[in-house]
Amino acid sequence: MMRSDPRALQLNEQGQLKHFLTLDGLSKDILTEILDRAESFLSMGEQSVKKVPLLRGKTVVNLFFENSTRTRTTFELAAKRLSADVINLNIATSATSKGESLLDTLQNLQAMQSDMFVVRHQDSGAPHFIAEHCTPNVAIINAGDGRHAHPTQAMLDMLTIRRHKGQFEGLKVAIVGDILHSRVARSELHALQTLGVDEVRLVGPKTLVPDFFQDMGAVICHDLKAGLDDVDVVVMLRLQKERMAGALLPSESEFYRLYGLTEESLSWAKPDAIVMHPGPINRGVEISSEVADGDHSVILDQVTNGIAVRMAVMSMAMSGQVQEQQAAAEGEA
Amino acid sequence: MKLRVTNGRVIDPSQNLDAIVDLFVEDHRIVALGEAPLGFEDAEVIDASGKWVLPGLVDTAVALREPGFTQKGTIASEGRAAVTGGVTTLVCPPDTKPIVDTPAVAALIQDKADEAGMANVFPIGALTQGLQGEQLSNMVALTDAGCVALSNQGRDMASTRVLSRALEYAATHDLLVVFHPDDSGLSQGGCAHEGVMSTMHGLAGIPETAETIALMRDLLLVEKSGVRAHFARLSCAKSVEMIANAKAAGLDVTCDVALHNLLLTDEVLKEFNGQYHVLPPLRSENDRLTLIEGLKTGVVNAICSDHQPHEKMAKIAPFAATEPGMANVEVLLPLALRLMDEGDLELGQLLTCLTQGPAACFGLEAGSLAVGSFADFIIFDSTMSWTWDASTRKSKGSNSAFAGEQLSGRVLQTYISGQRVYQLS
Repeated sequence: MMRSDPRALQLNEQGQLKHFLTLDGLSKDILTEILDRAESFLSMGEQSVKKVPLLRGKTVVNLFFENSTRTRTTFELAAKRLSADVINLNIATSATSKGESLLDTLQNLQAMQSDMFVVRHQDSGAPHFIAEHCTPNVAIINAGDGRHAHPTQAMLDMLTIRRHKGQFEGLKVAIVGDILHSRVARSELHALQTLGVDEVRLVGPKTLVPDFFQDMGAVICHDLKAGLDDVDVVVMLRLQKERMAGALLPSESEFYRLYGLTEESLSWAKPDAIVMHPGPINRGVEISSEVADGDHSVILDQVTNGIAVRMAVMSMAMSGQVQEQQAAAEGEA
Repeated sequence: MKLRVTNGRVIDPSQNLDAIVDLFVEDHRIVALGEAPLGFEDAEVIDASGKWVLPGLVDTAVALREPGFTQKGTIASEGRAAVTGGVTTLVCPPDTKPIVDTPAVAALIQDKADEAGMANVFPIGALTQGLQGEQLSNMVALTDAGCVALSNQGRDMASTRVLSRALEYAATHDLLVVFHPDDSGLSQGGCAHEGVMSTMHGLAGIPETAETIALMRDLLLVEKSGVRAHFARLSCAKSVEMIANAKAAGLDVTCDVALHNLLLTDEVLKEFNGQYHVLPPLRSENDRLTLIEGLKTGVVNAICSDHQPHEKMAKIAPFAATEPGMANVEVLLPLALRLMDEGDLELGQLLTCLTQGPAACFGLEAGSLAVGSFADFIIFDSTMSWTWDASTRKSKGSNSAFAGEQLSGRVLQTYISGQRVYQLS
């Protein structure tokens, strides 16, 4: 069975996005195009009429196998601002729990002639699976799969960094916390490396930052001071409560003591460092309220940028699909 | 009935034989090699010119799925797959439904296998009742009913004490115990080798220590109890070293590895393809090379297909949600021969691990073409190039990462006790 490399699965023959599954393997040109396009949508959000007709007549299905109100809402807003019709399906509580297989669910949705699936799933690789098993005409956007990837979150973080820092060259970035379980960290690592930052540091205890990340080009720090020393960007990750039950950490308070971002620990970073967090934040667990609400924090910018990035990615993948369908039609004619 | 297999290249590692000689069969057994005995003038002649004549292959791990899981495979379908691949003797695991923990289930499997008239089937019995790890099974009764060994099939024992007692009881009666070393506390929830690839792709890892910690514990208990032990499907470099040390210390242990662990590594995880979901997982290149080294030095006694057929839907899901296992018994030999092409293994070593080696692990009278042996043999075209696709597949399971590939070498005919049970049409 010859199967295409999934990293190639998301590009059409012209090298344009037709799905958006992972940042691993995407070129600097494509990432920059996403950022540029998002930038143009950002200014549109400030106008009184916030809609463009790029996805008019298209049906977008938000397929959430894992609950997430925030991410789903920004995808929904993004699709609506592109003039698409949007359906939200929370499958976590419906079909598959009744024993219906993922494939059966997909085939049903496809039969309703959808044009795009925005997929969040607890299994790593699920969007790849869906892209492989769907009709070629449906664009798949990964809204987070297992521990594997969360490419739109990473790209909105890139947009936030670019808008505050101007460029990526020369930057040092620290990602702090539960790297092991984080799809955001993995996608950010790919994006930051492709966009050409100087250094990406992953900071946390060995239970949450395995050495294997070194082979992915990251610098591993188990000490927060060394990790934050002289960095331009600090990304704090959310710490899930179940990590304590899994014996990965003793307690929230000990984590905060060692890896929590406070005004003191932030002082180890560059004076103009920005602080990001994919949200929702745990105040007093990974970040203090002073820092979360302080001058260095760009956490709310991230949310605004998220809508623009999702509009960019959705419109690019849809035009990549249309391009491929036209090429196929010409081939037949 | 008399048979004369003529002009074939007979390769039988059990007698250090690799020569073009004739093979003579009478009353289900091999009666001569080379010169015809008296009275063979009227024998049926099988022309094997240009072909290999090999002992029938012996596979230590073929899940037949019957009783209980006939949507995945049946004794008839998987038996047919086995002989298509030249496997004339196979050992099947106890995790059917019902489990092989009573003589009746053991007898049922053997009766159905006899009825199907395919490979010789030897079941492994459950070490504990229902494989629950709590109460010992009736080990002697199971053995009397034809079970060649006992195993808990990698499922947890209630405690190390129960395991220790099970081994002492088995040792009392000189029974063979098969181990699948796995510390479930470490492997639980994992679906891939813990390493860079699983980390990068966000797949929950199974660390090497899940295997090696259990293996060390098991070896210590084997030493203490004196039980005869076979370690199944080892996947780590360190495990090979541990078995080598145990053998050097005089322990009565043998081991096997699954063919896919010799051919593939965790590099394939990048495809998120559930066909590569196997347990134990595909590990690193160092592990793979050390397993092959173990075959060369004789530390590893056997290569098995670890044949685990599944219905189609079992593999149509995201990686972690697929059921583990591949179904490769019918292409065991052409795939195994790839280990030679890489310049790694000599033909004699390779065939030993597919015939005499596995037969010796389980004390089976099989895997040899010596005079007096059962006439289980295959005729193999070592040069034929063919594609393994759905039209040629005999197993009910279509789950293999090798499906659709171009293969080199093909079994043309399979004989069991002098009876032809398969011929390529």
